[in-house]
Amino acid sequence: MAATERHLRRRRRRDDPHRPSAPHTPATGAVISFSGVEKRYSTTDVALDGVSFDIYPGEFVFLVGHSGSGKSTAMKLLIKELEPTAGEIRVAGRDLQKIPRQRVPYYRRNLGVIFQDYKLLPNRTVYENVAYALQVTGGSRREIRAKVPDILRLTGLSTKLHNYPDQLSGGEQQRVAIARAFVNHPPLLIADEPTGNLDPETSIGIMQLIYRINQTGTTVLVATHDVAMVDKMRRRVIELQAGRVVRDEKAGAYAANENTREFAIRMRSAQG
Amino acid sequence: MRPVFFLREAIRALKRNAIPSFAAMATVLVTVLVLGVFLPVVQATTGAANEVRNKVIADVYLKSDVKKADIQRVERLLRSEPLVGHIEFISKEQAYASERKRNPKAYELLGSNPLPDTFRVTPKNPDDIGKLKDALAPAAPGGGTSVVDPAIDEVRNREEDTNKILSVTRVVKITMGLLLGLLGVASMLLIANTIRLSLYARRREVEVMKLVGATDWFIRWPFVLEGVIVGAAGGLIAVGLLVVAKIAVVDPLAEDFALIAAPDTIDFPLLIGILLVAAIAVSALGSGLSLRRFLRV
Repeated sequence: MAATERHLRRRRRRDDPHRPSAPHTPATGAVISFSGVEKRYSTTDVALDGVSFDIYPGEFVFLVGHSGSGKSTAMKLLIKELEPTAGEIRVAGRDLQKIPRQRVPYYRRNLGVIFQDYKLLPNRTVYENVAYALQVTGGSRREIRAKVPDILRLTGLSTKLHNYPDQLSGGEQQRVAIARAFVNHPPLLIADEPTGNLDPETSIGIMQLIYRINQTGTTVLVATHDVAMVDKMRRRVIELQAGRVVRDEKAGAYAANENTREFAIRMRSAQG
Repeated sequence: MRPVFFLREAIRALKRNAIPSFAAMATVLVTVLVLGVFLPVVQATTGAANEVRNKVIADVYLKSDVKKADIQRVERLLRSEPLVGHIEFISKEQAYASERKRNPKAYELLGSNPLPDTFRVTPKNPDDIGKLKDALAPAAPGGGTSVVDPAIDEVRNREEDTNKILSVTRVVKITMGLLLGLLGVASMLLIANTIRLSLYARRREVEVMKLVGATDWFIRWPFVLEGVIVGAAGGLIAVGLLVVAKIAVVDPLAEDFALIAAPDTIDFPLLIGILLVAAIAVSALGSGLSLRRFLRV
């Protein structure tokens, strides 16, 4: 199965005479800028193949595609868990390639990250999980006491402060993860399949929360395969297929200044 | 703020992972205990072996009619010999006195003193006894031996005893050295493995910490402190048991038998100190180094 896929991918490339060869010049002012990014896991296994796009401050962007299309690879490249084999990734104008290993933690602090499997610390309460993100940056106890309850109230978890992750539902756990990602108020929030393990109703709640964060001016990049959700949201969509960008469009009826309530109402009505 | 925070993190981790922590502590305890018992035993054995080796001597018997000048000349000659470590002169009279004490009746019968003046020569290195003997009494061309000085009657080193002592003590020393080396390596591997196991159970946690933006040392310090606590706890309990064993078992025995208070075993407080420091260092270093694998995220 994987072999046939690889074969098809190679054929497609051979048939395509004009591969995206024109060097993509990184746009100034972009928060995220991929130019000609390629990632190979081995000589035959290409996850990303010359991907280029720019994301500007305050945008809400979906990265969609079937599983195996390279979404997660793109996310991992962004948090510098992986290194691209070719091309350049810039975040806030900084070339990720040039960040030395010891500086990677400092880079990651400017980035809120949300995962499909939440990645909470199992031995810590909700409060401590969120506090950890502040402790990492050397936040004082006073700062933690001021910020953590606030962000937990915002995410609707003020009654669950002292519960451990295994005592929470999936949606609640993802809310904790979002609180942790946002407690430092990073300029960029990236989410890899944030609703992948959740039911549709809970997913709307999570997307509503992410949308609310976007409303504060934070740039948001969400990778998902939930096409229905993407269609309802009507935001910019970048579609990957077999490691290449096949669609990058600003969706019609871009309701930029919709508040979160309207947003939720529209999402729920579209559902039915 | 920071050290306190790291310490609190370490204690929290110990509490939340009580069973792996206990396993690591028990491993440290057992290995320290075994080392603590074996170290003095090995030392006593090699000490005893060394003592036996120091009994390797050569007797230089002088002719019965030597004069004082001859004795002094032979002594100078012996002192100039580089292989010689220690020289003891036993005069006819001294030898007679000590022998008569040992066997008074026989010497009463004897009447006169048949014993020669003797130099008891100890070589610097017991292994050189053969060379020393050859130097003092080189082999004569026609078979048999000659002597380097006309006043010397004969040189003897109790050939068979000497060879046995040398080979046996050598084997004992090598065996003990190997045993101690193996034990040391085994202890380190055991502790490192136990620690690695408890870290492996928490590798996901480490990964999450890295993704949140924690620096390597921010993650590592609590683990190192945890190692220090585990090593100190295991080491202290083991040392406590050793102290109890020493007071209850070894000390009373040592009063009765001179053998157990063997010549040069390590000082007990020093032994305890070394074991404690080693336990803490191995366990802390083990935690810190084993973590490195999981920090590559």
